[in-house]
This record gives sequence, structure tokens and C-alpha cells, in this order.
Amino acid sequence: MTSASIYRKLDWPLIVCYLLLVLTGWLSVFSSVYDPEYSTGIMDFSQRSGMQFIWIVSSLVIASLIIFAINPKFYNVTAWLLYAFSLLLLLSVLFLGVEVNGSRSWLVAGPLRIQPAEFTKITTSIALASLMGGYNFRLRTLSGYSRIAAIILIPMMLIVMEKETGSALVYLSFIFMLYREGLSGWFLVLGMIAILLFVTTLAFSPFVSVTILFGIMVIARGLFTKDLLRHIIFLVIYIPLIILSQRLENLFRFASFGEWNDLVWPLLIISPPFVFHIVQAFRQKKKYMWNIILSSVLYLVLIFSVNILFDKVLQDHQKVRIENLLGITQDLQGAGYNVHQSMIAIGSGGFAGKGFLHGTQTKFNFVPEQSTDFIFCTVGEELGFLGSLFIVLIYAYLLIRIISLAEKQKDAFSRIYGYCVASVIFLHFFINIGMTIGLVPVIGIPLPFVSYGGSSLWSFTILLFIFIRLDLERWK
Amino acid sequence: MGFEFKRNNILIIGIIVASATVMLRLFSLQIVDKEYKITASNNAYRYKVRYPARGLILDRKGNILVGNEASYDIMVTPYEVKEFDTLSLCRIFSLDPISVREMFREFKRNRKRIGYQSLPFVKQISGKEYALFVEMSYKFEGFNAVSRTIRSYPFNAGANLLGYINEVDTSFMRKNPEYKRGDYVGRTGLEESYEAVLRGRKGYNIYLRDVHNRVKSSFEDGKYDIEAVPGKNITVSIDAPLQRYGELLMKNKMGSLVAIEPSSGEILTLVSSPGIDVNKLAYINKYFSELSKDPLKPMFNRAVMSPYPPGSVFKLVNGLIALQEGVLDTIVRYPCNMGYRVGRGVGCHSHPSPLSLTQSIMMSCNSYYCYAFRNIMDNRAYPNIATSFNKWREYVTSFGFGEKLGSDFPSEQGGTLPTSSHYDRIHGKNRWNSLSIISLAIGQGEIGTTPLHLANLAATIANRGYYYTPHLIKSVQDTTIKADFSKRHYTMVDTLNFKKIIQGMYLAVNAPPGSGATATRAAVPGLDICGKTGTAQNPHGKDHSVFICFAPKDNPKIAVAAYIENAGFGATWAAPIASLLVEMYLNGKVARGDLEAYILTGNTMINVIK
Repeated sequence: MTSASIYRKLDWPLIVCYLLLVLTGWLSVFSSVYDPEYSTGIMDFSQRSGMQFIWIVSSLVIASLIIFAINPKFYNVTAWLLYAFSLLLLLSVLFLGVEVNGSRSWLVAGPLRIQPAEFTKITTSIALASLMGGYNFRLRTLSGYSRIAAIILIPMMLIVMEKETGSALVYLSFIFMLYREGLSGWFLVLGMIAILLFVTTLAFSPFVSVTILFGIMVIARGLFTKDLLRHIIFLVIYIPLIILSQRLENLFRFASFGEWNDLVWPLLIISPPFVFHIVQAFRQKKKYMWNIILSSVLYLVLIFSVNILFDKVLQDHQKVRIENLLGITQDLQGAGYNVHQSMIAIGSGGFAGKGFLHGTQTKFNFVPEQSTDFIFCTVGEELGFLGSLFIVLIYAYLLIRIISLAEKQKDAFSRIYGYCVASVIFLHFFINIGMTIGLVPVIGIPLPFVSYGGSSLWSFTILLFIFIRLDLERWK
Repeated sequence: MGFEFKRNNILIIGIIVASATVMLRLFSLQIVDKEYKITASNNAYRYKVRYPARGLILDRKGNILVGNEASYDIMVTPYEVKEFDTLSLCRIFSLDPISVREMFREFKRNRKRIGYQSLPFVKQISGKEYALFVEMSYKFEGFNAVSRTIRSYPFNAGANLLGYINEVDTSFMRKNPEYKRGDYVGRTGLEESYEAVLRGRKGYNIYLRDVHNRVKSSFEDGKYDIEAVPGKNITVSIDAPLQRYGELLMKNKMGSLVAIEPSSGEILTLVSSPGIDVNKLAYINKYFSELSKDPLKPMFNRAVMSPYPPGSVFKLVNGLIALQEGVLDTIVRYPCNMGYRVGRGVGCHSHPSPLSLTQSIMMSCNSYYCYAFRNIMDNRAYPNIATSFNKWREYVTSFGFGEKLGSDFPSEQGGTLPTSSHYDRIHGKNRWNSLSIISLAIGQGEIGTTPLHLANLAATIANRGYYYTPHLIKSVQDTTIKADFSKRHYTMVDTLNFKKIIQGMYLAVNAPPGSGATATRAAVPGLDICGKTGTAQNPHGKDHSVFICFAPKDNPKIAVAAYIENAGFGATWAAPIASLLVEMYLNGKVARGDLEAYILTGNTMINVIK
């Protein structure tokens, strides 16, 4: 292909989205470090805005190298080499890394500081695409599952060891890609139910979670038996009984279970229909019945181990972040500070915002991590609801565009890689903006293309432009 | 091709749902929710409060009872403090160096939270201390003085009446969110009653600040700054010189002295003794624990809070009721042989017998009022004792007894007045009769009245049948006072009957010595004082000395109640004290030097059981 035809066939909508986001990022970084009394302009290289400009220019250079210079076959061929090399970098960080803000995830070489974890996303995506795009790969086999699990879990573990739990969570996003490639949708549904029960147990009580679980299971049974109406009527009668059961203590003094009262009574109330269900499962020998029993038991185990999980497995600051999000504790000066300040900043933006450089909250460092993880505050405050909406729409369009392009690819490698790109960007986008507006707990991951930082911008640029380059192959 | 639930489409729907969730949240945060907009302005702007001057309290003649005086708080910004000479700083403010060191250790522990904030170091220092500090302030970097006003009391009178202000505490702020840390609020007396008008409105200067609380600049050159609005002055009905004279008279006595202008219900004097020294009011925090631990309870305002048995003074009320009910007239005479000898009986002192109504008041005969009271209770017009008792109670209530009068004094109490069901409980239904409650005939037993009630009784009699709710406020700057205080409250007794009683009260004071009149010591030539003594029996010690009076007889200008605890006969202490107050008010000077000296030097506290 000649350069001219490449220009024509490049997917310009994606590139325009990319450029818009990068530009917004640069201006927001400038605004968030802007001090009206000592401003030295957006190109001051001692300031973050100047540095971000360097990162943007270098990213554009990298992007053109990927488009014009590197043969797209290179990625599939060297997939394992790249993957191994990036794991090596991750490992070396554990020993040679520099600690920044409590996590040991930076490699320093002279004036350059890079965060290998950012780049591992790319190599993992390529490795997954290479593995799953192979001719004799079957997903729904033990070896298929285990190889995929290995590819995803190894970098995850290394990153958790660097104490960058947030970045590690990003790897869970590959589940979306796996779903597209044939993973049972039940994994997604069961996973969401697990998250729901985890949250309700923490925010309310195991009792509430048991009630919700019971409701979900009865409705599931109704769906499977195609007799939803009768199951719903059953629920309408039965759930008030469960709720009342907490009061039973007062009725039957002799049957008090002390501090376990709140749990034992609901379980007792639930058990008759549960036993009935088990008996029916033996009689009718339907697979879904056993699945319901099995998942109910697993969820019950989850519900009763949430507190242990929460206390023993999570680190203190993570616990506090979750508790703050769920409103269990409110500590506006301490752990809840970031989110509270960020919500103030975004909320104060109003409909049209306070205008570029006219924010008050995002100046003077009210929101920590202003130019990196909390960059969306600046957008929200200065550009208001309109600007925020615009950014969200760009992301939504970008993601949908990537997915529909991926569907058009001729070879599996490009398609799977495209889904990996969409999954990673989606998770970053949703969690990052979600945490600034109090939808999800604070997880320190950057907003793709917008947040300040070389490693982050470079890695997302590479991630996206490899896909844009792969997409060109369609025209051959 | 059409839409299908293919997996790629489901993922796209997922993206749309997630984006929509984010957008909805943004909508609620940025468009719907107002909370964050308010908070944002608090955040980046530093509001420096300008405190308003609190309103003055003036007496009825315009004397300043409570004024304002410059005072200073020394603030410290721990971040800016360099090494300094702790000892010399402590010497200026007479502080304990150890506590100062402890304070700074505390600052150091909390340095993250404090940041660049200034905190109070010493509060309410005097002008002298301030001058010393300013002179040496170059030595103490990080310390600075902030001017505040404190209350000053140019007229040495009425501490309990005026009340004190102090800084709001956490529990108060929780209940009254419009108050912020550092604000002062009236806690007792007039300061509390008229807090809303005295307070004024705070203003502020707006500065831009950064996250470390460093002030960056004045916001828009002070365009949006708001001036403080000073509190309104109030004029109260107190006669300051009279109040001070009353306090002087009550010195070394425990009890109350209340004077009311009958024609308006305005309280002229309200003394509760022992009380708080005015000089301690401004620095109440310093003296608070000392005052609250004092066994004589100087903070307790007896005049409006303490329920006392009214004693013989209450005979006036029973006499009025009996007259109104038609069970007594001015002609009939009742015998007294050193008391009333029916049932448990009631003792009396020696005096001629039998007595008419006028004489019974003049000589304060117990026996006479036992007859009168039984006439009321055993009145055939009512089917049973409970009914006649309730009727009697209705009368008594119409005088304002047994409930709060509704004055503007915040801690006013209502005293006690038994109900017929109370006696039903004690004796059993219909198992009691007029003899069971005969103590009430002479103002003893289950009745409790505050000195304010008694002064109000005097004012009611002076008005021949009605009273205005006793009150302290005369006017609030730029407003009119509530009409409540200008409403007449009529008793259920006719004016005509009051006139009969007043004749007795006149004679009680003005009859020639030797005639058996009880209050001749209270007589002042030309003033026509009408009064009634009382000697309230007290199970805990010596009798209380009680006297109520008004003067002059026609067109009364002042009504007084004096209640001296554990002082014996009403005639001995209460009557002279009340009459001296009346004389001072009406004549502007006291001619009875001997009596005045006797009262001023007298001490009844020795009889008080602590």
C-alpha cells in the first residue's frame, strides 16, 4: 500500500476521537495546574502542561511509526516474545522499581520514568489474540480455559505484588472479550450477582443479601420452568414473611438465637421451599435445578464470608474506599476527601461549566491527583454538564466503533485484539469517571488519552493504533 | 439484516447502558443537586467573619445596663510560629508555661489537620494585656490579636436579671445550626430572652484561598463582602438605680424583692439574693464552676423560679374569693381564741377578738380566714367539696397562681397549686373535707408561689381586679413589642370587693401603733402604702418573712413583694425592705435613716440552712 492510499483507508473517525480526547486532556492538565497569578503559559516545560505536550508529540510519532513502519504481521509473530519481555519488565520493577505514592511500579532510567504495568496491557492483549486466533484453539475446553487464565493472571499477580491493585483490576475486563468469543454469558450474570450480594452484605446486612438471593433464585427457577407468574406470587407472599421473621424473637422468647437471631430465623423460613426444591431436583433430574442449588450454596458461602474477606484480604485504604462509597462511613477529611472534593468540583460546574481556566475547585489543589486520576473533575467543573456529556459520548462512540470494526475483521487475531482494546478502554473509562462522580470506589487508574502521564498516554496510543493499523489489512 | 441479540450487540448495549448511567449521574450531580454548588463556594473562598456588635440593654430611663467593650483574642498560627520566649509570653497573659507547652505539643500532633489555620490561643484578654502584647509582638511570630467585643456592665446591678452570654458549644450548635463555632449566645436572663434581636447579623469578607488555607487575595476587591449588622438595642422596664438600691437592701439576706408598675405590668426591680456579681458576668467562663458549686446557688433566680408558701399574704386572696362568693361580708365578725380550735386547728397570735374583715387583715388573724375558707369550701351552692374546691381553684388561677405568668423572663416557673384529684389521691375520693385542707386558708400547705406571683398579686390588688403580665421589655429599637403585654387579665373578683380588702391593707400599715396592725414599720407619711405581712411556716427552719404592698393607695405607682427566707416575722424584715424600696421609688430618697441603716447592716443569712 502506498502512503496515499493508507491515508484514505485509515479509520478517521477513531483518529478524530483520539485527537479530541488528547486535546481535551492537554487543556485540562494545563487548567488544573494553572495559577492565575504565576501563569507561564501552556508550553512551560517545567509545568505538567508543557510535559504533556511532549508526551502528546511523542505519542503521535509512535502512532505514525505503528501505521507506516511496522508490519502488522509482526505482532502475531512476536506475540510471545513481547509478552515474555513485558513480564520480565514487571518482574524487574519488583526489584529495581521506585516507590511512588505507596506503590512500587515505576522503572527509572535517567530522565525517563516508565510504568511497565501500562504496557503489559498491550502485550497481554496481543498474546490473547495470538492464542485464541490460532486455528486449533477451542475456548470451551479445560486447556483453553487454563491457558487463557494463565495469560491473564500472571501479569495480574505481578501487578498486585507491586501494590497497584487498580491496574490489576483492569485485566478482569478481558472477560468482555471472552464473552464475545464464546464464554458462557452466565459467567457475567453470576459475576454481577456476586458483586451485588457483596455490596448489599457490606452496606446493609447478610440478612438483606439472603433475602435478595432468595428472590433472585426463585425468579430464576420461574424463568427456567416457564412459570414465572406463580413464582412471583410466591415471592410476594414469602418475602414479607422473611422480613417479619426478624421480629419473631419477640413472639417466641424461648426460640431466641441471641446475636444470630437475625440470620437463623430467615434461614429457617427459607429452608422449607429450599428443601422442596432439592426434593424436586432429585425427582425431575433437571440440570438447571442442580445449578440453582449449587450457585445458591456458593452465594450463601460468599455472603457469610464477606466480612472475613473484607477484613482479611483487602488493604485498609481499599476497605475505607469501599465503605465510603457505600456510605457506611463518612470521612470527608480523610479517605472520603478525594471523592467528596471531586463531586463538589463536578457538581459546581452546573450546566455549562465555569469556563476554561475559570474553575475554582480544580485550582489550588483541592482535588488531589488533579491532573492524573481525577482529571475528569476539571472537565466537569469548567465545561459543565455539556462538556462532560460530550466526553462521555466520545468514549461511547469510540468503543462502539472499535467493536463494530472488530466484527468486520477477516482474521480472528485482529478481531480478538480489537475486543481486547475495547474492553480495556471501557473499564478505564467507566471506573475512572465513575469514581470521580461517586459511582464506584476510588480505584487509581487513569482516564485513557486524557490523564496526565507519559506511560499512560503512550500505552493507550500504542494499544489503539495497533488496532487501527490491523484494520487497514481489511482493504487488501 | 435487522437487529439480533448477537453477542457483539449485547456488548454494545452494555456500553450504552454504562454510558447512560454515567450521564444520568452527571445530570443529577451537575443539574439537579444544589448541595454541591453551595459547598463549592465555601471551599475556595475563605469567609472571614465580621462579628456584629451585640445590642445594648438600656433601663427605663436610658441608663446603659449592658454595653460593649473592646476585647482581644490572641490567635496563633502554629505553622508560622518560630522559636519564642515562652516564659515572657506566659508572663503577659499570666499563663502556666507547662500548659502552653502541652498546647503546642497538641498542635504538633494535629499539624496535618491544622495546616495553615489560626487557632485561639488566649481568649478575652484585657486592654492592658493587649497593649503589653502589641509592644512585644515582634518577638512572637505567628501570634496575632483579633478584636472582639465583650459585654460590659457600667451599672452595677441586675446580674441575674441580665443573664450572661458565652460561646456556643457543640450540643448547642447541633440544635441551632445557624450558630457557628466562635459565636456567642445569651444563655440566661434578658440576654437569652432577646437573643434574636440583640444578636445582630454577621457579615463577612471574602478571600480566595488555596487548599492550605492560605489567603490568596480579596475576592473581586470586596465587591461581595457583607457588612455586619449590629444587634438592636433594647430598653427594659428596670429602674436601674432602684434595682441597685434593692440589691443593696437584700445584701446578706436570702430571698427576693420584686417591684412592678401596676398600671403597665412593667417590672421595675427584680432582685434574687444572693446573686451573681455583675463583674463576673463578662468572664462567666472563668467563674462558672465556682458559681455553680456555691451552696447558696447564686445562679438560681429565686424571684421567678422558687415556689414558696405565700403565708398570710394569701389570706387576701381567700378573703376576696369569699366576698365574691357571697359567703363573707364586711359586717360579720369571727372569734379567735389564740387560734381556730376545730379539727387539728390552726394557732394564732394574741389580738382582740372577734374581728371584722378589715381588722382581720390589719391584724392578720388566722382564725378569721379558717372560717372564711370553710365558708367557701362548705358552701351549699356546690354539691360536694371537690366542686367547691375546683371553683376556689378557678378563682386562684385567675390571679395568675399555679402557672407561669408568661413574662419574658426565660426561666420563669409556675409554682404549684393542688387540684381536687390531688386530695382524692391522698385521702380517697370524697374522703376529705374543708378541714383536711385548712392550711390553704392561711397560705400554707400544698400551694407554692414565686415572688413574682406575689408581686403580681400586689399589682392586681392595686389595680382593683386586673393585672398586666409582668414583663421586662419596654421597647426594641425599630420595632414594637408584642401586644401580649398590654392586655388586661381580669380576676374573677369584682372591683368593689377589692376596695373592701384594700381598706384592711391600708390600716395594716397606717393604723396607729398599738392598734394591733402588723405592718406599721412599713408606714411612710404621705405615701399611703397598703400592705399585708406574711410569716410563712417553713418545715426546714426559721419562718420566711413575707410582705406585699402597693402605693399610693389611690392611683398606685408601684407594687412590691419582698420574700426573705428564714428571717422570721413578715413585719421584721420583709415589710421594712419593701417599704424602703417604695419610699426610694416614690420620693427619690429615704427619710427613715435609722430603719435603712438597720436593714443595710442586717444579716439574716445566719439562719439559713446551707
